[in-house]
Amino acid sequence: MKLTDIVVHKAISPSLDVTTRDETIAALIDLLVEAGEVSADDRAPFIKAVIKRENRGSTGFGNGVAVPHLKQASVTKVIAAIANVTEGVDFNALDGNPVYSIFLLISPEDQPELHLEAMEAVFGSLSQDTFRRFLRQASTVKEVVTLLKDADSQQLSA
Amino acid sequence: MTPSATQKVKVTNRLGLHARPAMLLAETAQQFGSDVTVQRTDQDAGVDAKSIMQIMMLAATAGTELIIAASGDDADAAVQELAALVKAGFDEV
Repeated sequence: MKLTDIVVHKAISPSLDVTTRDETIAALIDLLVEAGEVSADDRAPFIKAVIKRENRGSTGFGNGVAVPHLKQASVTKVIAAIANVTEGVDFNALDGNPVYSIFLLISPEDQPELHLEAMEAVFGSLSQDTFRRFLRQASTVKEVVTLLKDADSQQLSA
Repeated sequence: MTPSATQKVKVTNRLGLHARPAMLLAETAQQFGSDVTVQRTDQDAGVDAKSIMQIMMLAATAGTELIIAASGDDADAAVQELAALVKAGFDEV
């Protein structure tokens, strides 16, 4: 699965102005609503579900990144939104450090293999120092999209 | 010689190695001093069992066969405990 296939280009925000985890999650869902990928009716329940999932165990896996996610019956394919928070935001991350780049993922509920494939694609990139650094430094949507394309074609070098 | 141990296990929980099981696996592996790896039987190299990110990259679905391997003084215990977690379906079957 390719990052460029799952990340909704209209749902990329290189500098999100938020100060808390819950605000970040709401803003990411809003991006997907504005992009037409999530219906306005789903907005509130989706935000609530992602926060509930996050409270059960942080998806701030360390190194300044978090991957909050949700499985939902009402979506038919994996969709993702990306945001950078320049000042960093507390995600109760495993390493205790603030989070600067966030991937929010929504997968179809009844297809766990699709969810795992998407996670593989996301973590394949996020586990690379170069990818994390470039993502955090990206200041325009175009820069993020270019980075995703490079990651998909494995063109990132150390 | 450094003690080592390996065991083959099958992912049994329906949702596979998603975030919560991956975290559980990594946290458990971190309790041991041994180097521990997890490898899909259909891949050539294993990943660090102490890294959640690397475990997530396995994209191990229900039914995927894994080889858990450890090298170090507590290798046996590490492999046994991790294999038990996978076999128990991370208590979410």
